[in-house]
Amino acid sequence: MRLPLHLNNKLLEIEKLSVQFKTDSGAIEALRPISFTVLEGEILGVVGESGSGKSVTNLALMGLLPANAQITAQKVVFNKNPLNLNSQKDLRAIRGSQIAMIFQDPMTALNPSLTVGYQMIETLRCHFDISKKVAEHRSLALLKRVGISNPEARLKSYPFELSGGMSQRVMIAMAISCHPKLLIADEPTTALDVTIQKQILDLLLDLQKENKMSMIFVSHDLALIKKYAHRVQVMYAGEIVEGGNTEEVIKTPRHPYTFGLLKARPSAHEGKMKEPLYAIPGVVPSLRERPSGCQFHPRCFRATELCKKQAPLLTTAARNFACHHPLEIL
Amino acid sequence: MSLLKVKNLKKSYVTKNLFFGAKKEEPVLKGISFELEENQILGVVGESGCGKSTLAKVLTRLEEASGGEIIFNGKDLRSFSSKEFPHQIQMVFQDPFQSLNPRKKAWEIIADPILVTENISTSEAKQRALAMMQKVGLLTETSERYPHQFSGGQRQRLGIARALMLRPKLLILDEPVSALDVSIQAQVLNLLLDLQKEFHLSMIFISHDLSVVKHISDKTLVLYFGEIVEMGPSTQIFSEPQHQYTQKLLESAP
Repeated sequence: MRLPLHLNNKLLEIEKLSVQFKTDSGAIEALRPISFTVLEGEILGVVGESGSGKSVTNLALMGLLPANAQITAQKVVFNKNPLNLNSQKDLRAIRGSQIAMIFQDPMTALNPSLTVGYQMIETLRCHFDISKKVAEHRSLALLKRVGISNPEARLKSYPFELSGGMSQRVMIAMAISCHPKLLIADEPTTALDVTIQKQILDLLLDLQKENKMSMIFVSHDLALIKKYAHRVQVMYAGEIVEGGNTEEVIKTPRHPYTFGLLKARPSAHEGKMKEPLYAIPGVVPSLRERPSGCQFHPRCFRATELCKKQAPLLTTAARNFACHHPLEIL
Repeated sequence: MSLLKVKNLKKSYVTKNLFFGAKKEEPVLKGISFELEENQILGVVGESGCGKSTLAKVLTRLEEASGGEIIFNGKDLRSFSSKEFPHQIQMVFQDPFQSLNPRKKAWEIIADPILVTENISTSEAKQRALAMMQKVGLLTETSERYPHQFSGGQRQRLGIARALMLRPKLLILDEPVSALDVSIQAQVLNLLLDLQKEFHLSMIFISHDLSVVKHISDKTLVLYFGEIVEMGPSTQIFSEPQHQYTQKLLESAP
């Protein structure tokens, strides 16, 4: 997907954000200083495997990390205002109303002992000074907008009465209820079936265009990112290793990790059957025992002595990568 | 001769109304028939609730079928004694975190099937377990470790090693790679294809992920609410899907 050209105002600007978790056995560096921006009206895809720091970044932005997390950032600017990620007061002012989030597992994100209507009305009344009646009205309209049939009845339902797809629709309805400028979708469809996955993502895309929202779309599936994101950012072991226009990154990956991710995934539409897949050897490093130098070097087919000693820096162009021996553009 | 012949297989669960005691039959498999040749991999795709896992449970005799016939290797599946049966069909489960006993060491987990079924000494069983660990790509130095010390992909390898210890003819894999990261998924898929050749295995590969099934299976079966809507060689199913539902599934796949 190409980004509309007129959209290039920065909505979110982050410089050198890092997160450490303090534990009894020492500090764990979950996020090494990373910098990135989200433009107005764009969908930024974030790819990475478990432990790569995707979720930690998002939770830090929402102020939802556990108490043992230490967040440091050189600069965070949201909607032209500086934002202190360590101040719950700052965050409360924007959470929900400016930045909203959809979680991976819709079944556990909703409160099981309250009706859908109660939870939606509560959210709305928390952010707007409106009566219960008005809030109920808005909730109905929102449920209709996200494609839930018979919304009157659904308002009275408890989460267990809804299917996974429907619960996710309810979550989306709640997330957009305050017209946030930025919507964070953290693996929004991983728990859902493929046909439902497509419906939900198409809905998100529609809403994103309609409300001119920006979106951070986290997924481990590059095929989904390719379809739905304007720009993509690849993360590995708490670092950004590659970024740029989705089309370019997928067509000509420069970092061996991105290359591996692209090759490792079989496709339902093309490719030969039964041929051995390209597999990245080894496993994602434990954050307690990080390798020296480039975090990817123990698994990399292009690694040299230099990679063991020195961590490569992320290049500064819009199309960036962090590798001493990037793949050539063919 | 085909290895597995399933004819008009039915399975329904009976639910009882809590207040009135009325019984209701909930059909999950509505009469499905298929055949599997030796050395073949059959992929089973479908969405949640379509009966994929029920099929696996019936084939591994964890659940009794409500109707129909299952002929395995020319014999009725039910006629195998409980001593013979484990050597015929084995299963690998979806969640590598829950399907391994957390209190047993890696080699104990792998050696368990032969210790139970064969009259051999512990040290011999360990030797064979270590040999199997090597075959599935686990370092033998790790044999004294407990499951929590392994990563997801390594645990799935443990599960595969355990299933292969009795040299089954048929391996049933229920979503074996869906809990794994993309880069690890490819490693496990490659391993399965290697092992299939080495052990002359037949496999039933259950997955909701079309791309994975397309990659690994010779034949694909599409389940929709307990019925087979389409079945055939994978090349054909994925290039020219005939049934509307299969077409919809493929369109939805990224």
